[in-house]
Amino acid sequence: MHDDDALPIKDRTAIVGVGQTAFAKHLEQPEKVLALEAILIALEDAGIDPSEVDGLSSYTMEGTEEIEIARNLGMDAVTWFSQVGYGGGAGCGVVGNAAMAVAAGQCNVAVAWRSRKRGAAASRPWAGVRDQVHGNQQWSRPFGLLRPVDEIAVLTRRYMHEFGATREHLCNVATAVRSHANRNPGAMMHAKELTRDQYMGARWISEPLCLFDNCLESDGAGAVVIVRRDRADDCRQQPVYIHSFAQSIPAQHQTMTNYFNDDPLVGPSYACAELLWRHADFGAHDIDVAQLYDAFSPLVILSLEGYGFCDRGEGAGFTDGNTLGLEGRLPVNTSGGGLSEAYVHGFNLIVEGVNQMRGQSCSQVEGAETCLVTSGEGVPTSALLLRN
Amino acid sequence: MMPMLLPAPDDDSRAFWAYCAAGELRVQRCASCGRRRMPPRPMCPSCRSFDAEWELLSGRGTVWSFAVPHPPLLPAYAEQAPYGVIVVALDEDPTLRMVGNLVTEAGAPLNSVDPHTIEVGEPVEVVFAPVERAEGEDLLALPQWRRR
Repeated sequence: MHDDDALPIKDRTAIVGVGQTAFAKHLEQPEKVLALEAILIALEDAGIDPSEVDGLSSYTMEGTEEIEIARNLGMDAVTWFSQVGYGGGAGCGVVGNAAMAVAAGQCNVAVAWRSRKRGAAASRPWAGVRDQVHGNQQWSRPFGLLRPVDEIAVLTRRYMHEFGATREHLCNVATAVRSHANRNPGAMMHAKELTRDQYMGARWISEPLCLFDNCLESDGAGAVVIVRRDRADDCRQQPVYIHSFAQSIPAQHQTMTNYFNDDPLVGPSYACAELLWRHADFGAHDIDVAQLYDAFSPLVILSLEGYGFCDRGEGAGFTDGNTLGLEGRLPVNTSGGGLSEAYVHGFNLIVEGVNQMRGQSCSQVEGAETCLVTSGEGVPTSALLLRN
Repeated sequence: MMPMLLPAPDDDSRAFWAYCAAGELRVQRCASCGRRRMPPRPMCPSCRSFDAEWELLSGRGTVWSFAVPHPPLLPAYAEQAPYGVIVVALDEDPTLRMVGNLVTEAGAPLNSVDPHTIEVGEPVEVVFAPVERAEGEDLLALPQWRRR
């Protein structure tokens, strides 16, 4: 691969504002209102007037169109807008694409957001099932792989079979992430501790995955504001630079039911990591804190391998000894993540990554200078490297 | 109550499901370079040929992995839960895989085999559960798997 003429976006843009709504099982406001609230909070955080926003970046699953965002917030002409597909795989892509557009001068102030209500039909990939299954899902849904958890349970079982991983390893992930949520007053599981006994005794959702291997059902929204480096210095908050960004659809990939390539346990994160690190000045061993997409606990283990924190098959063992805890070698999902803060298609992971780089996390990693944020493993994915 | 889900045959899959209705497990094989592919699609990813034939397979394979879903599930599935869903690696090429159910005989319930007795690596063979179709509808049968 020759990309000598390419100009990577390394540190040329920064996230200067973050915003989140409350998170709850049910919020009264519609998705549109939640989106507007989160964006407004993010712009106030940055000290930028909504009329200055000229770039909009969102998920294809987003229920609120760009024109609604723009006319409600009183934006002037928006000169760049785009969406990324594949649900939870989109998040870092939504932010990274906005960074590329800002770096290339297609817009000056970009907002990326996600607003999601569990009751909204469009937000739940399995909510639209009818008695006829079209497209890729015709190869799996009729046989009873109905929900995302069923699809990931198949990969998890295979992983356990090949590498000797056990539920103890999945429990390591769930309890570490919960311990972070217990320090975050905004997390839905803030007041609920999770013990190993509770985990082991939990009801099955799709064996080998139990209740606590699943992300929360949440209503809520998040937003970030992206500007060029020179503009970032004038904003209210310490800039958090987007050091590297990558997306990937690996060879012969099928979203969620990724069983049809040579080695389904080498997921999309591997190809994403290859570009991410190639454009970076540092590597996995330099990462101080990570926000790894956790719709399901085994995805964290697969991501640890894909992004190079350990070798293939070693991700489960990597979690032993509270590695992912605040005092561990790699604190992960320090806001509580999708498992214990809220599930907003991974957008809260991006906000938490920014908070860590600003020194403002509820589970602050002392002196943290680098953060990896990833989006959905098992689907076409994306990742960001943030630094301060 | 809503019935169990059925595949909707389309341009890529119609032939596959029709062969199932005839009691044959066939996968696409590139007529130019010979590469097999699954799920079906118009083009060979190795040589980009649009020409393919449908190769008859032995219908034998091994369990590559499985899940055991529990409710909440769609009603027609919830009443059979917990049930096993297996992914089968086909003998002719273990990187060709298919999702299905391990059952005692064609058309038996999803839980006709105790899902907690399923083992990764165990040998299975295909059986076909016929699906009643109205006049003019695409022919269709569901490939299922039994122990061998």
